Amino acid sequence: MRIAVIGAGVVGAACALELAERGAEVVLVDRVGIAAETSSRCEGNLLVSDKAPGPEADLAIHSNARWRALADRLDAERTGGQPETEFEAKGGVVVAFPGGEEALRRFAAAQRGIGIRAEELDAERLLAAEPHLSPEVALAIHYPDDAQLQPSNTTQALAAAAVRHGARLVVAEVTGSRAEAGRIAAIETTAGAIEVDAVVNCAGPWAGELGRRLGAPLDIRPRRGVILVTTPMPQRVFHKVYDADYVGAVGSGDAALQTSTVVESTPGGTVLIGSSRERVGFDEHPGVDPVRAIAAKATRLFPFLEETILLRSYFGFRPYAPDHLPVIGEDPRVGGLFHATGHEGAGIGLAPATAELVAHAVLGAPTSLDPVPFLPGRPGIGVAA
Amino acid sequence: MTRVAVLGAGPAGLAAAEAALAAGAQVTVLDEGARPGGQFWRHRPGLTDPRMQHGVRRFEQLQSALAGAVVHSGAAVWSVELREPGERGGAVVLRAAVGPADGARREAVVVEADALVIATGAHDLALPIPGWTLPGVTTAGAAQALAKRDGVSVGRRTLVAGAGPFLLPVAQSLALVGSTVVGVHEASRIGALAGGWLPKPWQLLGKSAELAQYAGALARHRIPYRIGSGVVRVLGDERVEGAVVAQLDADWRPRPGTERVIECDAVALGHGFTPRLEAAVMLGCEVTGDRRGRFVVVDDGQRTTQPRVFAAGEVTGIGGADAALAEGAIAGYRAAGLAQDDERLHAALRVRDRMRRFARRLETAHGIRPGWTAWLDDDTIICRCEAVAKRAIVERAEVPLRAMRLATRAGLGPCQARTCGRAVEAIVAEARVSATGVTAAGQAVDGSDSAAPGGGDLGFERRPLLAPVRLGELGGADRPTCGEN
Amino acid sequence: MSGARGATAAHGSSGAHGSSGAHGSVEILVEGETVAGRAGQTIAGVLLGSGRVAWRGAQQGERGVFCGIGVCHDCLVTVNGVEGVRACQREAVHGDRVEREVRG
Repeated sequence: MRIAVIGAGVVGAACALELAERGAEVVLVDRVGIAAETSSRCEGNLLVSDKAPGPEADLAIHSNARWRALADRLDAERTGGQPETEFEAKGGVVVAFPGGEEALRRFAAAQRGIGIRAEELDAERLLAAEPHLSPEVALAIHYPDDAQLQPSNTTQALAAAAVRHGARLVVAEVTGSRAEAGRIAAIETTAGAIEVDAVVNCAGPWAGELGRRLGAPLDIRPRRGVILVTTPMPQRVFHKVYDADYVGAVGSGDAALQTSTVVESTPGGTVLIGSSRERVGFDEHPGVDPVRAIAAKATRLFPFLEETILLRSYFGFRPYAPDHLPVIGEDPRVGGLFHATGHEGAGIGLAPATAELVAHAVLGAPTSLDPVPFLPGRPGIGVAA
Repeated sequence: MTRVAVLGAGPAGLAAAEAALAAGAQVTVLDEGARPGGQFWRHRPGLTDPRMQHGVRRFEQLQSALAGAVVHSGAAVWSVELREPGERGGAVVLRAAVGPADGARREAVVVEADALVIATGAHDLALPIPGWTLPGVTTAGAAQALAKRDGVSVGRRTLVAGAGPFLLPVAQSLALVGSTVVGVHEASRIGALAGGWLPKPWQLLGKSAELAQYAGALARHRIPYRIGSGVVRVLGDERVEGAVVAQLDADWRPRPGTERVIECDAVALGHGFTPRLEAAVMLGCEVTGDRRGRFVVVDDGQRTTQPRVFAAGEVTGIGGADAALAEGAIAGYRAAGLAQDDERLHAALRVRDRMRRFARRLETAHGIRPGWTAWLDDDTIICRCEAVAKRAIVERAEVPLRAMRLATRAGLGPCQARTCGRAVEAIVAEARVSATGVTAAGQAVDGSDSAAPGGGDLGFERRPLLAPVRLGELGGADRPTCGEN
Repeated sequence: MSGARGATAAHGSSGAHGSSGAHGSVEILVEGETVAGRAGQTIAGVLLGSGRVAWRGAQQGERGVFCGIGVCHDCLVTVNGVEGVRACQREAVHGDRVEREVRG
């Protein structure tokens, strides 16, 4: 079976690997190359801590377990100058400022109900875990299963593994498709036509436009996120530390600038501080407002950051569906067309489980996950944005 | 009254401020230096030798003119934005932290203006060389700044190498602060120099008096001057102990068998200049060129493709202080609202056009040639900040530039690729060509990955922060401190 | 209002621009050791003047001044407890405590 996976971000690369390992002939198509956009413009969060009970939390828990083995394997199979995934099971610490304790406690209790480990830290343990955290913090919950990896490197590693299993990379832009008897038979690209039995749309925030070119528009929109990077320094942040108001921002449909603080160290010695969420289309000029807003909240969490030099900021576009759930499965309108997009800020974390669901949909591979909540046929998805 | 902001207080910025004031504008100058003058006017009467400084009288005139302006020295301008016309009218908005360099809790300053003159200048471009991270290796500009500003020498026995007439004043300054200059090695050969002008770089029109004086200084201090020659390796264990020089061919490839060791404790490198484009890029001004040289596009009145924004000096083309002064004056007059045919512009327009011809000849004669990468070893550090070797960059050259950077960390350190960007782009381009013979579709050989949305042809020039700033300095009071009339 | 009309608001400089002919001396503490320089010199100028060529631990070897004009960040030092100060940009102020930085 010949399958074109379009979009070489983390989701596309993970799907390409999963499908190639299961014996499919995979062509990975991207207009720029591997990890050229969203997957190299994000933080590399593998979070369970921000998920309220529901289908996405199930996906996140399943994915989190798969990442541990997958990252080990990718690092073990490295060749040449290929970089490491920098996977770190460092755990998350979610904190609330005075007034926010009860909401966070309730949220954590609900998460424990679906098997997420979430333990309250007393003052002494918090000080040991994060000695530089603001004394203003009123409550801290430790999530040992939160993890981090370097998303661009990891996407490269996934694609390299897929290529070792026979996948082929084509750098070209997809311009259209040809159907035969209601099924997709070929995709047209700037590098010529490619005959296919199936197509997987992994174009992230551009999945709506790609769907349109393939005869199946989707309502997938971009949400801009800005992230700050500090100058390298001795390690002063030891977990993924974030303010509980992050939990509110993920699911919000509000267009205005929202920020919530996520602070973490990287192996390079820099501190990453995310992030903002703005619904402004593909606008590439974030200006200073998100940067200032993020900085103000981060310095409240870690006062030492006041004197820390900001080196740069970057932004990326996160794909989201109107109901904020990933869109994974076969398109009800065009036979042989599958989608895997709409992961918003969680695409890195959800990639392995997404690939499993895609293999299930395309090849009939087994899965213990329930695919139904993510199917593209649900209301409001199959229309142009 | 028209409000004109000037970013940078070197020759171009000072001339712009003087002209805009003369045309009746309200002028605010922001500059990162502790005092005006830029890289050119660095002399410190009483501290450093006045023989190192040219054009002192002109500088004094410009400084007197500044009496009518608001001047923020020590200003780390980290953001510049265009505000769309609206309730408060369109404007250029600049944000700075003002105070001692890299201080904590500096004052937050916000400047609003009707027009901006970008006069951010250029910094030295030193190509990587095996051993160039040893203490004692500096840029030619560093040797010059430390001599002119601090009155100290980077070494006792200093070798000067690179390309272009700027090496000559550097050698003179080093001699004046007491260093023995063991040689000036100009990479360009007779052919290139003759194509640009005459065999000796001081024999050129317009600059002849100044350059003849440098030639005299070289002779007086018995400084050997070699053409078609360059440093191909710096020797030493914990610091510079010597350098290997070799003859270079017309493409700057070292000629085998011509290497010889020169004993020295310092090497000053200057292979050209890199314009500081980030403010223009942040404002969306069109930039032309490729990895061999990118400049801000301006019209005859020094106006960029953003109508409120003007640019002058090295950001529009490497031409030296006289070109910068003329361009700055034109930009200042135009930013203040004078017409292009206003007679006050005439003199500056004439000088600028002459100096542009000079700049073209400079590039023809001394421009970087592609063979320089032949003097690199696989383990030569290219990115100094993150200690990234050439090998790592070559190994990841086939992936998109952004992914290559994230994988290798090349260009991700504190200097944000200001030092290594051009070298990294050259190495990536060379590796891509040698790996495939041709380049992969969509992966532009100039390193820009131009198919990437928003990638453009800008390589490393897109920097979302213009200057390092501390997180606690971003919030601050956000009210304009200028322009409330 | 930080920028004074009619005067350059020079920060951290003792001699302002140009006119002060007599430059005095400054003493700074480098890793606890007193080092003398001339007023108006940058910290890098004082360090070089005292015979030091390297003062920061990088991933591979020691670094000192490279670009000299604030671009390369090779010369970073901690000044009076504040990290990440470019020695080539900061003018030395009498009594400054200067400490080395080491990149892990």
